[in-house]
This record gives sequence, C-alpha cells and structure tokens, in this order.
Amino acid sequence: MVRCFLIHTVCPVSALGSGESRMLYCRVFGPDESLFTDQEREFSPEERRVLQREQTAVVARQVRSAASFSRAAAGRLLMEALPGEEALALQEADSGVLRLRAGDPFTEEMSALWLGVQSLGFTLVCEPHENLLLAEGTLRTLTRHCLEHLHLLGPGSEVLLRSDRIDALLSRLLPHGQLLFLNHRFAHSLEKEVAAYMTK
Amino acid sequence: MYSHGSESLIKQAREIQDSELQKFYSRLVKLLQGKELGYETVDSLQRLHLILSANKYIRTLPPELQKRLQSLLSSPAEPFQVLSSAVLRETLPPAAHSGNYSQENIVQLNSHAVALLLSQAGSRADVSSLCTQLLRGLESRQSEGPTNSLSHTLPILNTILTHNPGCLTEDHVTLLSKKLVDWLRYASILQGGGASSGGFFTGPRSRQPVPIAELDGTVSGDFFTVLCVGQSFTEDQWMNVFSFSALRHWLLTYHSVSNGNADTAHRLQLSLSLSLSHSFSNDDRSEVDGSVVSMVSVTSSCGRLLPPKERLREKSFQYCQRLIEQSDRKAHKKSDADLQKACLVEAVCILDCVCEEDASLVFRAFPCIKALFGRLSSDLSFARVLLPIAQFYLNHGEMAAVDCGSVWALVFGRFPSELFSDPFLAHELLRFLRLNLESLQLRVPQYTHSFPNLLKFLAWDSPAVVDDFVDLLPSLVTAGTAVELLHTLLDLPCLSATLVLQVRSTCLPISEQSGRGLLSLDAFRSPSFRGLFLFLLRGQAGSGDTIDRLSTLHELLVETADWPRVVQCAQIVPVLLHIFFNTVITVADEKLLAHLILVMLERSSLLLNIPKYNKEIHRVFSSHLLRLCKLHPSLVMDQSHELLEFSGATANVYSKEEIYTHVVWVLGEYLSVSCDSRCSVTLITSCFEALEAVLFEITSSVPPPGADCPAPRVVTTLMSALAKLASRSHDLIPRVSLFLSKLRTVTRDGSVAWCSDEEDLVAIVTRGEELWSLLKAPGVAQSVLTPPAHVTTPQWHRDTNVALPLRLRTLTNLTHSH
Repeated sequence: MVRCFLIHTVCPVSALGSGESRMLYCRVFGPDESLFTDQEREFSPEERRVLQREQTAVVARQVRSAASFSRAAAGRLLMEALPGEEALALQEADSGVLRLRAGDPFTEEMSALWLGVQSLGFTLVCEPHENLLLAEGTLRTLTRHCLEHLHLLGPGSEVLLRSDRIDALLSRLLPHGQLLFLNHRFAHSLEKEVAAYMTK
Repeated sequence: MYSHGSESLIKQAREIQDSELQKFYSRLVKLLQGKELGYETVDSLQRLHLILSANKYIRTLPPELQKRLQSLLSSPAEPFQVLSSAVLRETLPPAAHSGNYSQENIVQLNSHAVALLLSQAGSRADVSSLCTQLLRGLESRQSEGPTNSLSHTLPILNTILTHNPGCLTEDHVTLLSKKLVDWLRYASILQGGGASSGGFFTGPRSRQPVPIAELDGTVSGDFFTVLCVGQSFTEDQWMNVFSFSALRHWLLTYHSVSNGNADTAHRLQLSLSLSLSHSFSNDDRSEVDGSVVSMVSVTSSCGRLLPPKERLREKSFQYCQRLIEQSDRKAHKKSDADLQKACLVEAVCILDCVCEEDASLVFRAFPCIKALFGRLSSDLSFARVLLPIAQFYLNHGEMAAVDCGSVWALVFGRFPSELFSDPFLAHELLRFLRLNLESLQLRVPQYTHSFPNLLKFLAWDSPAVVDDFVDLLPSLVTAGTAVELLHTLLDLPCLSATLVLQVRSTCLPISEQSGRGLLSLDAFRSPSFRGLFLFLLRGQAGSGDTIDRLSTLHELLVETADWPRVVQCAQIVPVLLHIFFNTVITVADEKLLAHLILVMLERSSLLLNIPKYNKEIHRVFSSHLLRLCKLHPSLVMDQSHELLEFSGATANVYSKEEIYTHVVWVLGEYLSVSCDSRCSVTLITSCFEALEAVLFEITSSVPPPGADCPAPRVVTTLMSALAKLASRSHDLIPRVSLFLSKLRTVTRDGSVAWCSDEEDLVAIVTRGEELWSLLKAPGVAQSVLTPPAHVTTPQWHRDTNVALPLRLRTLTNLTHSH
C-alpha cells in the first residue's frame, strides 16, 4: 500500500534554509498510523496532524538531498522543457528510491520512490515489500498527468489552487493508496474519467 | 515551474488576518446556501483548502460552514465531493464524531466521503467498525450504491488491514476469500457492452458478444486476468483487477486475523460446511454452467471441496501461472510490456507466498519458475524480475533439490558489476540481502567473498544505500577476508572514481578528447594501467589483498578528488571502518589483529588525496589502534618492530600527527614485561632511544616548511612515554631527567621555534616538571607509570582487600537507612 504521495520543491527556495523543501501537495492515505502503535497516551487530532506534517517534511528533505546529489553527480545541465513536452520532461527526470528506516520518520520501514522534474519532486512512500516496479510505473503516470493537467511546465503553476484535480487523479489511479495493475485499456478508461473531471 | 507567485500565494494563505478570514467564511456560507453551486463556489473552496493546509496547526471552521461542507460530501457533482472531503480533512472532526462509524449507510457513501472518515478515525474501534460496515455491504448481493462504491471497498479494506489485521473475524476472512475467488477466477470473458451509449438500443453488429483479447492481439482462450484487454469492461472484470491488486497483501495478512474458535479442526469443519452451504444457497459463480475450465488448472484438485482459504490459494496459484504464460506474449504497447514485468514480479511473489503456506504446491510451481528463470536469466533488463525468483529459489530450492548456482552467479556477479547504477535494482537487491542474511550465509558460500562486487552499489551512490551497508557489513567481515576488506574499504573512493570512468568510457567514443577528467580517463583506457583498474573492478575476493602500485593509482586519480560521487563516498568510509573494526575483533585471532595494525600503519600514508579524508581515516585508525592494544596488550610486542620504525620517523610527527601520538602512547603504555613476558631490556632501550631522538629533533628546530608546529599533545605524549619506559629500566632515568631539565631552561626565555602558543608551552613545561619530580623516586615512578594489573583493573567485591570495606559500608547503609 502507498502511505503518501507528495509534491514538493527540489530546487533552492529563497524563503527557506538550504536543503529545505516547500511542500506543495501532500496526501496521506488510510487511517493515521499512530492509532495502531502502542503509545502511552493517544494523540489528539491536532497532534496527529502536526506529526504527520513533520513526517512528510522529513521525507521531502531527504528526497531533495538525494535529487541534488543525483543531479550534481550526473553533471548534466537542467533543461527547461516547454508546455507540450511533458513526455520529454519525464524522460529527462532524475529518479531514485530511498530507504526510510523504521522510526525515521514513520513507525515502520518504508521505501520512498521519487522523480525529480526540474524544480519539483514527486514522491511516493510505500511499504518496502510492495511491488516497486508497479509503484515506479504508477509514479511516472501520476507525474505525467500532474504535469499535463496542472500545466506545471508553463509559467503559471496551478498545483496550489487546483489540488482537487490531483485528488481526483489519485482516486482513480491510486484509490486509497492501492497500486493497480492497469493495462492500457483499463488505464485509458480511467484517464477518460480524469480528463472529464478536469474540464468541469 | 515553481515561482515567486507560488511562494507569495503560500505566504498570503499563512498570514491571512482573522477578520478577513471570517469574512471569507461568511461569504462561502452564503455561496453554499445558494441553489446553484457554480464556478465561484469551486474557486472559493480551493482557496479555503489552501488557507487550511498552509499551516501546520489545525484550524476550526465555524459550525455553520462545517455543516454545509459535511452535506456537500454527498453532492452529485464530483468536484464538490472532492473539495469538501479535502477541506474537511484539514480541519478538526466535529465533536459527535464516533457515531459516524457505526452508521448503516457507510456503503452508500462515495469514495471521497469514506476517505474522509478513514483519515479522521480517532481510534481502533472506529476503524474496526468501518471495516465491519464495508464487509456487510460486500456481503449483500445487490449493492445499492453506484457501481464504483463496490470497487473501492477492496482498497479501503486493504489499507485498514495494513495497520490492523485484527479487526477481521474468521467469518470475514471466509467471506472475502470467497469473493476474491469469484472475481479472480470467474470474471466474464466477454468484453463489456458499449457502456457510454447505455441502453438496449444497440446496432445488430454490436449485439454479438466479443471475447476478450490478449496483449498481442490474439483472442483469449482462458480466464480473464489483468493482462487481458477489451474495448470496455464489465464490473466483475474491474473487480478482477482490484482483487489481483490486493491479493498478495491479503494472502500475507489474513494469517493475523483474530479467531474466536480455539479448535482448528472445528474451524475447518465450520468453514467447510459454510462454503458448501454458500455454494448451494447463493449463486456461487463457480457453479454456473459455462464457467471456463482453465488450461492451467488441469492438474488441480477438485476446487469445490476445499475450504475457502485453501480454495483461494489454489485459484491464486492458477492465476499466477496464467500471468506467467501471458507475459511471454509480445505486447503491442510499451506500457503493457512494463505491466507484464510488474505482473511477473507479483506472480512470483504470490507463488512464493502460497508455497510457504502449502508446501505441496512447491512441486507444481517449480517447473514453471525454473522455465521462467531460463527464459529471463540472460536478459539484464529483467533483472528486477529475477530477484523475486531468487527469493523463491532461496525459500524452496532445498526442498525441490534444485541447483541454485546460476541464480547466485547472477545476484552476486552480473547484477552488481553491470547494474550498479540502477538505483531501483540496488535498493531491491540490498533489501533481498538484508532480509535473507542468515539463509544466504548458510546456503551461498560465495556470499562473503562477493564484497568487491556488492560495494560497487555503495561506491556509486553512497547516500542512498549507506544505511543498507551499515546493516550488511558485519556479515561480510570474516577472518579469511578481513585484510582484503580493509584495503577495499579504504580504496572505496577510488572505486567510485573508477566506476564513473567506466561509465564515461562507454559513453564517449574512444577517439574523442574527454575534456574534463582528461588524465584519469586516458589512464583508464591505457593498457599499461589497465591492471590497476581491473583489480578495483574485480568481482570476487581472494585474488590478493591489494596491489603493489597503489600509489600510482592514487596519482592517476588525483583529479577525481572533487567529483561528487567520490566526495560522498569518502564521507561514509569512516563510518564503515568503525563497523569493520567493531566486528573484526569478534572474529579475529591475535595474529590477524597484528596484521591489521600493520595495514593501518602502512595505509596511513597511502590514501587517495581528498580533503579531510586523510584526517578522518587517521582518526578512526587511532581510536581502533588504541582499542586493539587495550584488549590485547601483547599486540604491541608482536608488532614492536613496525611500531618502532613508525615512531622513529620524525616526518610522521608532522604528516600523521594523530596516529603518531597514539602509536607513541601505546608503546609507552604496553611495552613492558607485565604486559608481555617477551619484552626485554634491550627492546625498551631501543624504543627509548628512537623516541628520544624524535623528541630532541622536534624541540630543537623549526618545523619543516609547510608544516605546522607539532601539537603540544605530541610533545607531552613523547615525554610521558619516555618517562614510562625509563621507569621500567632505571638506567634510562638520568637521560630523561637531563632532557627535562634542559627543556625547562630553554623555555624560560619565553618563546621557542617549535611552539607558537604560550599557554601550550606552559602546559608542556608543567608536565615536564611533574615527570621530572616523579622520576626522582624511581620506585614510586614505577608503580605510578607502570601500575600492576590489579590496580588498573580493580575487582571491587571480588578482591579480598577491597571487599571488606565495601561490605561494611553496604551493611551500614542498609541498617542505618531512614
């Protein structure tokens, strides 16, 4: 199961310290993990939310660091793809996977798959025994759709104010964090539904 | 992509004033009260979501707004469902909240509303009751809600199961197992009708039911799976996809289900009668005429009489075998070819899982897995599929008496040496090693010799995999390979550079000038240095600890010292060395430890010249040298020749200060008869003379050009060492005393060429004076500077002299307490 899907910056942000990442979209699936760990006291909803925010922030920071290293090591210049070149941008994207140890930051061990497209990172945190080939494919598809439907390659990014589009996308392609084995016909059917939503 | 515009938007959302926010709330309430909800409402809801999510701390909405949003969840227009769910997720749940979880109409709720319930669940009880409601909905044959609500039940159940398998009862397991069997094995094999047109009035041609097809276009001749295509799909075909997607997780977790009945036999009987009664009373799909007799199920046992869990296992088995067969077909589209790979991985994992539960399935599964391995083993693009196959072999290979040699040759040979740059393969392979460490150490003899290959993953991308190696390294430390491993770890940055050169070499044509990295790339390609690089790139240990021309190699790679991979790699080497030394003391005998000390001394000047790298390594060496000698003081005697040679070279004071200090210290501390009976007066004297010479030299001249003044610690350590040695051979005392008094005289003037700081000089002189006065009484000096064992390792209550006072004190405290 996928624990969360994040969209965050992987480029330097002036308002933040170096190495920090700005979270632009964060969707956590399922019930809060703190309900099921043996705690001495139960967290209140406020505390749970803060904890969740901090956990996802930790992941974003680690992905930022990994993406920076990957780019520095590759030594390529970051090319700016134009709107309409989503497939190209995806091809040029850096990718990788991180191991998140149990306790740091989630209670159990997790794997964080990430894609770095220019200044944004798209991260999928899932359970380590999950089918990572499928997860990687799903992440690429999600990223492609986000790039297209939120016009991320152009000057006006809509990720902050159109987050409901991402929610609708996730409810089709990653319902409640479930990775789906979709051949091109099933995917086509779902993508039609997604496209229909975007025009509403 | 991410601009100042976005930053300022976030800033506005965070800093919105309370009065403005209240106005916004009331405007939104007014909009929501209207009959028609239009674009302006959507826009306002999106802004509200941004305002609420921009802050770490949760806000509470006014009750009127909260109520309106709650009712918006069941709006027929999806955007409102999505937005209200997203907004409410960012707020506190209402007070009378837990009641929601036991409502009867949970099944009626759309996917977004249920997502909200799930995220706001406040306790295990809430989640359990949600689970029960959903399963009840599943059970009723006609689902009252829209088609989609059924398909989301499985993902939601799956996510609840991840955290809390205990919320299912045995009946639930039975129910779900039966449903899964139906969807997996007995989904329709005809394409869905034109759903978009709807209704009965379709043309005569489209009335003809069309069968589903395989990915290569041929008509499908067997039951429906995720690798079957059609123009559109029926509901049960969708459920087939959802079921398979959730299957592995279900098979892994249904063991942890809480079970009311204690008796296994009773349970089996119960579920058996349950399945029989179900199959007669309900329209169990498997009873319907025309159900497909699968090609792959020819040898299976009669499915009807198996209890539900076992039946599910059997059907899963058949499904996976079919997927493996289907994956051999050439898909027309790339996305489908990728899906085939993912299906292969999943199928092999599920087969592994069911074989764990029912060992009799191993003999049926192995031919299939073996054939798959044969088909894929030469194609590196299927490497990630081969890992689950390796896991299968590891788990069941012994039972099936299959030779796994070719599998391990891939995992420990070709994969690391050719695919080290694939981050996903690295992650999965290292995880495979971590999870199966014990098994591998038992069954794969070449594991401990494969570290040169495995370390390539680390050399290429150290930040991503260092965590894995922290866990794996201890298992790679054996007495037979320890020395070679130490050398390999020290040269890990060189390996990093070599791998980069290897990749670059294959990318750039042989004739092209290499621009940046000119010398090292040319060296890499030149035949005269080939051997050096080939040694680093070797796959197995055992051909030699290291190479003679190591310094040549370091010179060739000097320009790589600022390459990102090399720099990162250099940063993690000290960590690994600590782990290495901590582990090696548990497996090594004294002879090996002595050899390791030798390696440390040799390599301290033979390292790739990366800024700070040398210093860090020296620090690690120093701390472990100390530790080793403390554990086995006779090591100093064993290696006295090398240690003496090292400490006698004045150049080492300036270039390897840290190590030098520690070497001198261990010599002073442990070169004595009480530590090792082989120690002779001659040896003590020669050591003394070596150290004395160095001390004279560094305190009588300016440091060589380019070097700093020796740290005070070096001088004081030398002085203390001399004093200690002298206390063991009293003839030497006058020589030390003479030196120390001369030192006092010389420094009385104030400054000296070899010490820049006045305070330091004072400290040195003070120490000198302490030693000098101590040495005036040789007997006292001896017991202070060379204390016998019972003083340095007190035994407290075990020692007769010390025990009595301790006992008395304890009794006094007990009897006089309060």
